[in-house]
Amino acid sequence: MIPELGHFSLILALILALVQGVVPLIGASRNRLALMTVGRAAAQGQFLFIVFSFGCLTWSFINSDFTLQLAASNSHSATPLIYKITGVWGNHEGSLLLWAMSLALWTVAVTVFSRNLPEIFMARVLGVLGLVSTGFLLFLLVTSNPFDRILPGAPDGRDLNPLLQDPGMIIHPPLLYMGYVGFSVAFAFAIAALLSGRMDAAWARWSRPWTTVAWVFLTAGIAIGSGWAYYELGWGGWWFWDPVENASFMPWLLGTALMHSLAVTEKRGAFRSWTVLLAIGAFSLSLMGTFLVRSGVLTSVHAFATDPARGLFVLALLVLVIGVSLTLFAWRAPTLAGGGSFGLVSREASLLGNNVLLSVASGSVLLGTLYPLFIDALNLGKISVGPPYFETVFVPLMTPVIVLMMIGPFVRWKGDDGNRVLRKVAPGLIASVVLGIGAAFAIGHVTWRTALGLSLAAWVLIGSVQILWQRLTDRQGAGTGARLRGIPSAWWGMWFAHLGIGVFIIGVTLVGSLNSQIQVKMLSGDTAQLAGYTFTFRGVADAPGPNYAAARATLDVSRGGVTFATLTPEKRFYEAQGMPMTEASIDIGPLRDVYVNLGDQLEDGAWVVGLFYRPFISWIWFGCSLMALGGIFAASDRRYRRLAEREAPAGAARQAA
Amino acid sequence: MKPRSKRLMLLGGAVALLIGAVALVLTAFQENLVFFHTPTEVAEGKAPSGRTFRIGGLVEPGSIKRAADGLTVQFAITDTAKVIPVTYKGSLPDLFSEGKGAVVQGKMGPDGQFTASEVLAKHDENYMPPEAQHAVDQAQKTAKTVKQ
Repeated sequence: MIPELGHFSLILALILALVQGVVPLIGASRNRLALMTVGRAAAQGQFLFIVFSFGCLTWSFINSDFTLQLAASNSHSATPLIYKITGVWGNHEGSLLLWAMSLALWTVAVTVFSRNLPEIFMARVLGVLGLVSTGFLLFLLVTSNPFDRILPGAPDGRDLNPLLQDPGMIIHPPLLYMGYVGFSVAFAFAIAALLSGRMDAAWARWSRPWTTVAWVFLTAGIAIGSGWAYYELGWGGWWFWDPVENASFMPWLLGTALMHSLAVTEKRGAFRSWTVLLAIGAFSLSLMGTFLVRSGVLTSVHAFATDPARGLFVLALLVLVIGVSLTLFAWRAPTLAGGGSFGLVSREASLLGNNVLLSVASGSVLLGTLYPLFIDALNLGKISVGPPYFETVFVPLMTPVIVLMMIGPFVRWKGDDGNRVLRKVAPGLIASVVLGIGAAFAIGHVTWRTALGLSLAAWVLIGSVQILWQRLTDRQGAGTGARLRGIPSAWWGMWFAHLGIGVFIIGVTLVGSLNSQIQVKMLSGDTAQLAGYTFTFRGVADAPGPNYAAARATLDVSRGGVTFATLTPEKRFYEAQGMPMTEASIDIGPLRDVYVNLGDQLEDGAWVVGLFYRPFISWIWFGCSLMALGGIFAASDRRYRRLAEREAPAGAARQAA
Repeated sequence: MKPRSKRLMLLGGAVALLIGAVALVLTAFQENLVFFHTPTEVAEGKAPSGRTFRIGGLVEPGSIKRAADGLTVQFAITDTAKVIPVTYKGSLPDLFSEGKGAVVQGKMGPDGQFTASEVLAKHDENYMPPEAQHAVDQAQKTAKTVKQ
């Protein structure tokens, strides 16, 4: 009964989505207020129905209703409660429902937080979001109904893929989806702007916080996914350039470009067409990510199902979205007046350079991810593009991005004197290069990559201090404390996010230069050495879990004769899926991780053990956290709220009353 | 400088940046493509020598042998028609086992021994790497045409 209610509720949500997608747009084109306001109610109703539907599905998973096809395939009566719940989205159908729910949540957030938008603009935004939602709900109900029954029910479930039974997987998909789907708001704002011809500074100001929040979610989602790959896949790596990772990285790169381009549009009115194009691009790449991950065209843990009907449906949706938006763009963009002009040496020019490079970087990932699929689809053979390609491309593409990132904040808008900028920037740059090369010698790993990475990181750190200093000394009067408090949170957002990039580069460079690993054969009492650490194997014992059997090894890790950690890697066997799995054990530290995994047992009773030394790897995720924190600061700037109030005093008054 | 020529220079700079970046991407792409070959193609000598490529197929039953050090693994990969011996040193994926699909990436030695730098297996029990499936399908298709 409960699943039928969920199914029915989803159908109602589809009807409301259709209403939300059609009625406000008609209202906007005929200028009929009554029709325009339908959007809000429809969006909020749709959200409630989808949440109810999602709740029904979750209820069936929690109660192990194995007459439900989805629960029977992705859950098991012995699965711990939390993984019964995450099992809801650990599969194709459920994750699409999560996608639809994220979209509905974003839409409701728009109706709540952007209450002060002009009614006609809001109607268009909600209309576009409604159409996107219609497409996805239709996809869900037609090709991937999560509420399909099997009668008679299965005696027990086949369990969730053990790789997904992990704390990281509890929050990774929701965060990532909030990021992916969040770009739909930027997209809807862009399409609404094209429809209305209104693409001014106010429009950019409305879009900015939404884009930034979506970017924060995406950053956090990618970082957690990378962390999951690091400890759960058991190979000690943190990024594999797997197509699924790429699918989330492409919208991130373009989203980063979009955030910066929106800044220029707001401050200087320039880059308008480009900003709109980026908004369309970022959302299209999010959709394509969904397509790549969900259609089963990739060899990946995420490809739950291989069903051509689904792939075709998403592909059609993708073609429709890109086709219609680009047509609209081609039709309306020429009517946009050009923005303010700017000189060769200006903040606009540095941001333009960054935008070009970030877009090319995104395109290079797209090429590496899609080309093999095209070649395969055209029957021209099978090829693959591995990490060496991406690594070759990313260092030269990202280096100038970092350089521009460090110069940009010192350059004035509109136009600046090249010599003045050079005088400001040169001391920091020279100090950084000296410091970077010196550090490379100090750690005994002198390659151009290490020296480059450390120099760039040093520059980001030095430049950050310098820019903060400049900000504080520029202002006259008042004490330092007052001046610090006077800095708007948007500026802190930029500062923290850029600092995060520096921290991230330190992590990436040092783990790439100094990491080491060995594989050893160990019997109880054996010791092995790696990077100054001594590992003593204490044997293997059985350690059964709720839904798996496991062999758990115990290793003491010592340095200089002092044992400071006991690691317990496991080799698990998940009975319901008949699937073995490696569970690594890690001693996490601020300056290094010591990582151990357990391989096979050999005929003579010894075990193959993998020992990994990963210096500074946690800095990678610390850097990502700083970037996300920066995004939160940037989005929470008072300016967005204040201006919203000023632009619509009537709405604010209603609020107060 | 006149505003017009300033604009042109800016545009020229952006385009030059774009062209340079794209050229870099395409060169790197060209150099790092990894081609895929079926065991039959490898046996016929169609695979490149001295360049990294991939082979997909099934792990020949009874072929997995560990060297005395316990770490180097030898096995053979087959598309049911031809068999290619493979050497690999490192941890094998959890789902790597005899009779199951796998994809290996590495180089061919002069002795006909393939040295793998990477071994990929499927991610769950009911999923076969597409490349392995493709190799087996090809071999079976060829087998049928030969019989007819």
